[in-house]
Amino acid sequence: MSPTQDGILREDGAALRRGTLAVLALLALCAAALALTGFFDAQRFADGLPALAQLADEMVPPDFTRWRAWVRPLLDTLAMSVAGTALAVVLSLPIALLAAPNVSPHPLLLGAARTLLSFLRSVPEIIMGIIFVAAVGFGALPGVLALALHSVGMVGKFYAEAIEHADPRPIEAARAAGASPAQVVTHAVLPQVLPQLADVTIYRWEYHFRASAVLGIVGAGGIGFELIAALRLIDYAQVSAILLCILACVVVVDALGSALRRRLK
Amino acid sequence: MMIRTEALGVTYPNGTMALAPTSLDIAEGRFTVLLGPSGAGKSTLLRCLNGLVRPSEGRILVAGEPLAGSAAWRAHRRATGMVFQQHQLIGRVSVLGNVLTGRLGYHSSLRTLWPFARAEKRRALEALERVGLLDKALARADQLSGGQQQRVGIARALVQQPRLMLADEPVASLDPATAERVMRLLHEICTSDGLTAVVSLHQVDLARKFGERIIGLARGQVVFDGTAAMLDAAAISRIYGTPVTIPEKEFA
Repeated sequence: MSPTQDGILREDGAALRRGTLAVLALLALCAAALALTGFFDAQRFADGLPALAQLADEMVPPDFTRWRAWVRPLLDTLAMSVAGTALAVVLSLPIALLAAPNVSPHPLLLGAARTLLSFLRSVPEIIMGIIFVAAVGFGALPGVLALALHSVGMVGKFYAEAIEHADPRPIEAARAAGASPAQVVTHAVLPQVLPQLADVTIYRWEYHFRASAVLGIVGAGGIGFELIAALRLIDYAQVSAILLCILACVVVVDALGSALRRRLK
Repeated sequence: MMIRTEALGVTYPNGTMALAPTSLDIAEGRFTVLLGPSGAGKSTLLRCLNGLVRPSEGRILVAGEPLAGSAAWRAHRRATGMVFQQHQLIGRVSVLGNVLTGRLGYHSSLRTLWPFARAEKRRALEALERVGLLDKALARADQLSGGQQQRVGIARALVQQPRLMLADEPVASLDPATAERVMRLLHEICTSDGLTAVVSLHQVDLARKFGERIIGLARGQVVFDGTAAMLDAAAISRIYGTPVTIPEKEFA
């Protein structure tokens, strides 16, 4: 029996009501989470405002007198971001090829690669930073290792997803021409997804610059080290100056990144 | 509705002339076919008629009035349905939802945040019933075959309650039998509703079968303008450049 217009309208209306209910439920969940974390406690905001105002007051004007001492750490941070990205890419690509179901050689390897990526993702880079500082000492090196290893978890997952969504038709054509599995990857999969992989990599580099500033806090070199030192001395004028320097570098790095991405389209 | 183009021409920024200055009168209520090979300027001319392509020279008059200002263009587009070669549906949205996008011209941007009215849904279902797809109304558009998707495209244009119907190679990506069925449906709807129709095609047999008036285009120029009966071998070779052999029965 073919459906009637009224039947379809009823079904469509029911779907609309279900959708509305789902959105309302989601909104209620978000409100509950905000309430649970104390967001609706107006008193705490009221109490916090004067302290915030005082901090802001101490931050102005920023104190740039020590700027010469920050040049080297900023360069270190930049170097850390590039080195961390390079290591992350080299490690991510092979793992991603194992973790993408359309090119993975065996389901067991697929599972193992995915588990490894989840594990690396789940260890925050700050924790990795603490571990590597303990292992190889203070400086930029532990920072680079922490950035790279944590990023393999993220970058590898994004790479694998890009590879997984590659158009299967050229892959079929390459197979039909007698290409080996490795040739399928190099000549049918990678040419399709290279722009996406480059995209992910450049985003990750931008992120690494910001993240390496944080890693300095646990002793892993770079401008973050200077930042935590100024915070410990309660010298908020210097803190704001360093933050402004980091902001300026982030703006430059992001602009460079988006210019690169446009070139690679 | 009657449409006139006056020395309408399109030259792309790279210097390519897609359409040489063309003056045409398209009569109300007739089924006009633009015939020509790919790259002849059919799509460019068609898309000028609803402003998807901005002409670099000349102008368009609708019912004797030149189109001026965004409000006039919006009103003209609302009254103009368009069927695309690649259907241009949203695959993960239901058939009904896709058809309802044909109603957007009737709503303000603010009104759009609220669901479509029941009367409009009913109008969309009536359009789907006309193209024979009522039973697919709640299916996802990407679950339909190519011919069915194009019928959804026709329903989306119909729900606009258009007076002008444009179709840009509506059957080019369909197999011959399906192509003929979809063309027949489009022709039957336009004729029975008295719509002015401008349809671009590259198949001579379909143009002959459905075109009341055939405008042949080659390299951005009008090289033929007449009825199906006037479309002889010489005219076809003017349009396609080389002589084209035509099966006997098509002359019968």
